[in-house]
Amino acid sequence: MAHMDATLGASPSGQLAHKPTGRISDPIFVGLLWASGLFVLVLLGLIIAMLFHGGLPALKEFGAAFLWSTSWNPVTEKFGAGVMVFGTLFSAIIAVIVALPLSFGIAFFLTEIAPMKLRRPIGVAVQLLAAIPSIIYGMWGFFIVVPLIAAYIQPPLIEWLGPLPVIGALFQGPPLGAGMLTAGLILALMILPFITAMFVEVLESVPPMIKESAYGVGATTYEVYRNVSVPYGRTAMVGAVMLGLGRALGETMAVTFVIGNATRMSASLFAPGSTIASTIANEFPEAPMGSLKLQALLQLGFILFVISFIVLALSRLLVRSKLKS
Amino acid sequence: MASLARRRATDLVVKAISTGFAALSIVLLAWILWTLISRGLPALGPQVFTNVMAPPGGNGGLLNAIVGSLLQIVVALVIGTPIGLMCGTFLAENGRGTRIAGTVRFINDVLLSAPSILIGLFVYQILVVPFGGFSGWAGSIALAILIVPVVVRTTEDMLNLVPIGLREAAFALGAPQWKVVTLVTWRAARAGIVTGVLLALARAAGETAPLLFTSLGNNGWSLDMSRPMASLPIAIYQYAASPFEDWVALAWAGALLITVGVLTLNILSRLFLAKMK
Repeated sequence: MAHMDATLGASPSGQLAHKPTGRISDPIFVGLLWASGLFVLVLLGLIIAMLFHGGLPALKEFGAAFLWSTSWNPVTEKFGAGVMVFGTLFSAIIAVIVALPLSFGIAFFLTEIAPMKLRRPIGVAVQLLAAIPSIIYGMWGFFIVVPLIAAYIQPPLIEWLGPLPVIGALFQGPPLGAGMLTAGLILALMILPFITAMFVEVLESVPPMIKESAYGVGATTYEVYRNVSVPYGRTAMVGAVMLGLGRALGETMAVTFVIGNATRMSASLFAPGSTIASTIANEFPEAPMGSLKLQALLQLGFILFVISFIVLALSRLLVRSKLKS
Repeated sequence: MASLARRRATDLVVKAISTGFAALSIVLLAWILWTLISRGLPALGPQVFTNVMAPPGGNGGLLNAIVGSLLQIVVALVIGTPIGLMCGTFLAENGRGTRIAGTVRFINDVLLSAPSILIGLFVYQILVVPFGGFSGWAGSIALAILIVPVVVRTTEDMLNLVPIGLREAAFALGAPQWKVVTLVTWRAARAGIVTGVLLALARAAGETAPLLFTSLGNNGWSLDMSRPMASLPIAIYQYAASPFEDWVALAWAGALLITVGVLTLNILSRLFLAKMK
């Protein structure tokens, strides 16, 4: 409100700027506004501090090796985050790899191809995918997608690609349906609307002039999209992808239903695994207050928070740097 | 450079694929909705709304879960909305252009997308552990923390749409800032602020993970906010993963209810927003 005070202060009747009726109520009101603003900062600090503090005993017990150790054995009380960190990154990366081309296509469709009248309804329908709660994706994935993948997708892939050298490792194991690939596919569908919405926003901010210049020299719609619009919005679009990645990393319920919840490490796309979030949701009921297991789960939470904070912060910086310029 | 015919062909192929992708996303949305309707509707008898949760085969419903969810969401809204509203106002009015507002906005954006399960763990640490048990209050606080960033974001965006001249006119009449904000700015942005609250409501209604560690769930009837409390998402989670057919059917009924509610709120908020702009 600085500019407003300046306006009032500059006027000859500057006395009025002191607003006689608000002498007591205004400082209270402004104080409340500032307090709420600072509350958000304090909240973030508290979340980080409490997760770290809660998990500290586990970190002390296992040392830095907690980060990469792949043992997770509640019976012998040996805990490590390796399998979960791997599963979190693996499933989220599958999700981004699947969602990215889809988002590029849908954003192209929504900004260049679709008739004007259809753009809004179709755009809203894609956005509704983001509104469906995580647990609904989980149920749909568990009851519908998992059996389909187990019956129709995995057997041929295992048969054809499994025996190949190197990439064959990605396609081995029994066709369970639940596993990394299924989790990645469901996550892809969940982050798709976020990436697409930001893509559309960025593409719509491309100045018509530079697109028209490209059309003027005879470029096709796709060539303009690929060589003009996308390069123009590149930075913000990378930010959009990071946002999708950040969302995929922390998604809990949907993943818990379809990833198979195994605490073993496997390079196969079909092997059941677990993410940090799914492990916390799954194992929490068997982790009594004050137990080492609970502390290990809190430490896992802290690791997830750090990873997603970095990804989301980077996403914000990239998106904003573009919007400013 | 490739021949014109070839470039035109590429253009066509890419357009076809893109249109196909858009169609695919709509088909997937329809598929999810169809699954919910075809499995949820047959199970959605009156007992869902009149009976509390019961053991398998006990003709149970979801009444306690529905009421528990509503109660926790209302309390979360009562706590979260004022904070979000004030913080959003701070960003749009007092903090505009300052460094601290930039930081608050940045952190708020991160919180907006932060894993909700961690909010649950956080509230577990600050409320459940010290006070010795799971409670409806803890669930409400967790949901409130999820609501705040949504309200902050929309409030700020909407207040930024209010013309400066409107505020200046009010200040020129000698109104103190609290009157300018509450009687002029908020009023002008009313529809937009309501949108934010509806979106926040939609988000809170479907959240499951944060409630696992806070209100826990409760199979019996309870309105006591200081004890573990049932909620629709937790009931669905518990029932969907069970081996009992009638429980799974109830889970689908609950899933249909939640999805219809959330999508309705979402579409309503879009209508409000269209009115605002």
